[in-house]
Amino acid sequence: MIRDPAHWSVLAVMAPLVGALVALRGRPVALRAGLLLGALGSGGAAWSLARAVRAEGPLVYPLAGWGAPLGIELLVDGFSVVMLAVTALVGTGASYYATAYFGDLSEASVRESPAGRGARYFAPLWLLLWASLNGIFVSGDLFNLYVLLEILGLSAAAVVTLAVTSKATVAGMRYLLVSLAGSLLFLLGVALLYIAGGTLAIGTLAEAGLEGPLPLVALALMTVGLAAKTALFPLHGWLPPAHAAAPAPGSAVLSALVVKGSFFILVRLWVDLHGGGTREALLLLGFLGAGALLWGSLLALRQRSLKRLIAYSTVAQLGYLFILFPLLYPVAGGWSADAWAGGVVHALAHALAKAAMFLAAGSMTYAVARDDIRAISGIAHRLPMTFFAFGLGGLSLAGIPPSGGFVAKWLLLRAAIEQGAWGWAILMTAGGLLTLAYVLMVLRHALDRSETPPSFRPAPRRLEWAAMALALLAVALGVRATELIELLAIGSGGRLP
Amino acid sequence: MTPLDLYTLAGAVLFALGFHALLGRAHLLWKVLGVNVAAGGIFLILLAAPPRLDPAVADPVPQAMVLTGIVVAVAATAVALGIALRVTARTGLPFLDEDHLEEDDPA
Repeated sequence: MIRDPAHWSVLAVMAPLVGALVALRGRPVALRAGLLLGALGSGGAAWSLARAVRAEGPLVYPLAGWGAPLGIELLVDGFSVVMLAVTALVGTGASYYATAYFGDLSEASVRESPAGRGARYFAPLWLLLWASLNGIFVSGDLFNLYVLLEILGLSAAAVVTLAVTSKATVAGMRYLLVSLAGSLLFLLGVALLYIAGGTLAIGTLAEAGLEGPLPLVALALMTVGLAAKTALFPLHGWLPPAHAAAPAPGSAVLSALVVKGSFFILVRLWVDLHGGGTREALLLLGFLGAGALLWGSLLALRQRSLKRLIAYSTVAQLGYLFILFPLLYPVAGGWSADAWAGGVVHALAHALAKAAMFLAAGSMTYAVARDDIRAISGIAHRLPMTFFAFGLGGLSLAGIPPSGGFVAKWLLLRAAIEQGAWGWAILMTAGGLLTLAYVLMVLRHALDRSETPPSFRPAPRRLEWAAMALALLAVALGVRATELIELLAIGSGGRLP
Repeated sequence: MTPLDLYTLAGAVLFALGFHALLGRAHLLWKVLGVNVAAGGIFLILLAAPPRLDPAVADPVPQAMVLTGIVVAVAATAVALGIALRVTARTGLPFLDEDHLEEDDPA
């Protein structure tokens, strides 16, 4: 039916967008239909685009037939495709979880106020968020990226405030303001780049080359803005309260996917637009990533709230994504394929594992009606499947073979050792050990039979299955990593079409 | 100094003022207004973008960006004001202050 495979990139955005409009009707059947439409459209688009990119290389799709420099171009390369695919998987899992989490989306729970607000508005907001994420992954135009980034930030902050607590409201407000500040810096950078280069298309700007101080000022502004949105240390303060306070399926997509949206744009800037240029800046990003890894892990170890621990773990794991930048370019003009594969596989593995952990944590806190690590003692015997899902996700995060997290860390370590960058190698190993420490801390409490929780209500089976499916995918990612790495090598390394 | 340079300069000043209010002021309404002033500054800078082909004709692309940017700013302001109202309703104060919040029941 669809002749040009690049049309699928439009469908990836349109399907969740239409789904959001359908879900806005608010009746339970409309909520389900919207979520189903988003999942099918995103999954279908990711699958078809993956096949097309594998066969033909990177795709460019001029919207409405208007190409750059005047029109807006969509751009799909291997990196886009793997991000679309993992978003479709995590998104489908979180959507399925949401149908049970918000009181089964039944007529009564949707109408019921104020807890019904989550049931009523989670699906449309999350579908809007999904559309903007897919849009970011297929955009080749800077201003288009700005608009999508803003939609992402607005819908993500709104998702946080769906939890009916004062903490969630304040955390959501802070998140929104940080996100707006980041967008403003990004937009100023886009304006300056346009004035300097005369176009908004990343590919054309890269070919023209950036000369003089103006583009560097623009890149610096955009990088600071995106780093704040990605919660890069030391701009991470907003993340733990927001991700911990959101409703569980919201926490999962925020931690797994939303922060990867701004990371994706950072890669487009520092790899595709200004490939490997300004090594000092890449080193600085790496140092901040190292700070995130150590500081986030240490704070995760000190948390008493389960969801906050997982949120600090996100701060730490995002550190690896920034340590990637100095490792990508071992020498001026060089390119480390190992580092690239390791960094992106880490982003994917973290998305699946972290979503599984947040969904499992949501089931546990639902069961004991409290978000406290001590309150879940003995839960392994009550919710064995949820416990298993949390454990698998956590061990993948820590890099235990054969999980996706293991492949990612192994590739990153190999790249660091080949370059003789022992400092990075030691740091990343230490990060893995710290991860193992806080994951085992939770597992130990969950296995502790001596103290049984005072109150317990069984979690719906759908909650347990959704977390389990994502945890298994996080492990499966490690087994099928070779095909993935081949795919994401297509069009990477500053070689946009 | 040409009139266009004056626009750029004014835009930079507005951006700095707005951004300063967003970071420095505690009241949520100040912060939301700061976002709008800063965005206005960027729009001024964009409108002053030098013409590209014909020096007598303004470049249409930055103007399209400004129009879209205004729409985005209106939407962002609406969401921010909505959440700010809810913060005020729940905590009694229009500030970001998490320290004095009671532990909420997660149910």
